[in-house]
Amino acid sequence: MLLGPALAVSAILFSIGVGGVLLRRNAIVIFMSVELMLNAVNLTFVALSQQLGPQGQVIVFFVMAVAAAEAAVGLAIMLAIFRHRETVDIEAFSVLRG
Amino acid sequence: MTEVVFWSFSGAAIVAAFLCVTRRSPVAAALWLIVTLFSIAALFVVLDAQFIAALQVLVYAGAIMVLFLFVIMLLNLGRGGPSDLRGAWGKLVAAGLGAVLVVELWAVRAVAPADHLQLPPGAMARMSEERGPVGVITDALFREYLIPFEITSMLLLAAIVGAVVLAKRRL
Repeated sequence: MLLGPALAVSAILFSIGVGGVLLRRNAIVIFMSVELMLNAVNLTFVALSQQLGPQGQVIVFFVMAVAAAEAAVGLAIMLAIFRHRETVDIEAFSVLRG
Repeated sequence: MTEVVFWSFSGAAIVAAFLCVTRRSPVAAALWLIVTLFSIAALFVVLDAQFIAALQVLVYAGAIMVLFLFVIMLLNLGRGGPSDLRGAWGKLVAAGLGAVLVVELWAVRAVAPADHLQLPPGAMARMSEERGPVGVITDALFREYLIPFEITSMLLLAAIVGAVVLAKRRL
């Protein structure tokens, strides 16, 4: 039974993803950190599905579909912003700041 | 044997994830992320989810990462340039919050699911031997989760249309 170790690994991966989002200013790398967090959650679902039945794996399937949609739209937004600002540094995106 | 495979791929995943968030060049970060995704796919195999592991390699390590690399190349960001890590305060806050999160998730780990919900040990492995690794998932997917599955197709259609509208200079 590898449930405990798998949950521990997924906790560490999720925290590394959170650290990446907080640490980096490059919007594309922030996106990659978000993908890392999604993957850590998928690992949790799969580990628990070993004991609780196949529903967890179905949820992972949906998470992957949502992640694909998110990546497509997010990177299109990135392209649109780059066209106006010539940078992907999130410090430069401060139009909405009050 | 299973445990050796599990721990070696876990170590690879964690090290590669750490390198992914600390490398300066976005291309290097993307390549390390691919290593992480492959290692997680191997962990899925160890945890009796072979079909999900195949999807992970095809969809994540294949399609999504190609999209990332394509955008990096398109925007000509491969060079790296000056470091984009935040200053000392940012690093401190990120490390502190990450540590708090690890402790919290570690505490949650101790709570086992209720006994009456748990399958007997090895049940998933037996199920996937009986119906095949794909059959286990598709049974649930096309019965209980049929409507969410159909809604997913609408979501993907909306994402395609949205991506085209956003990325095109003029329609």
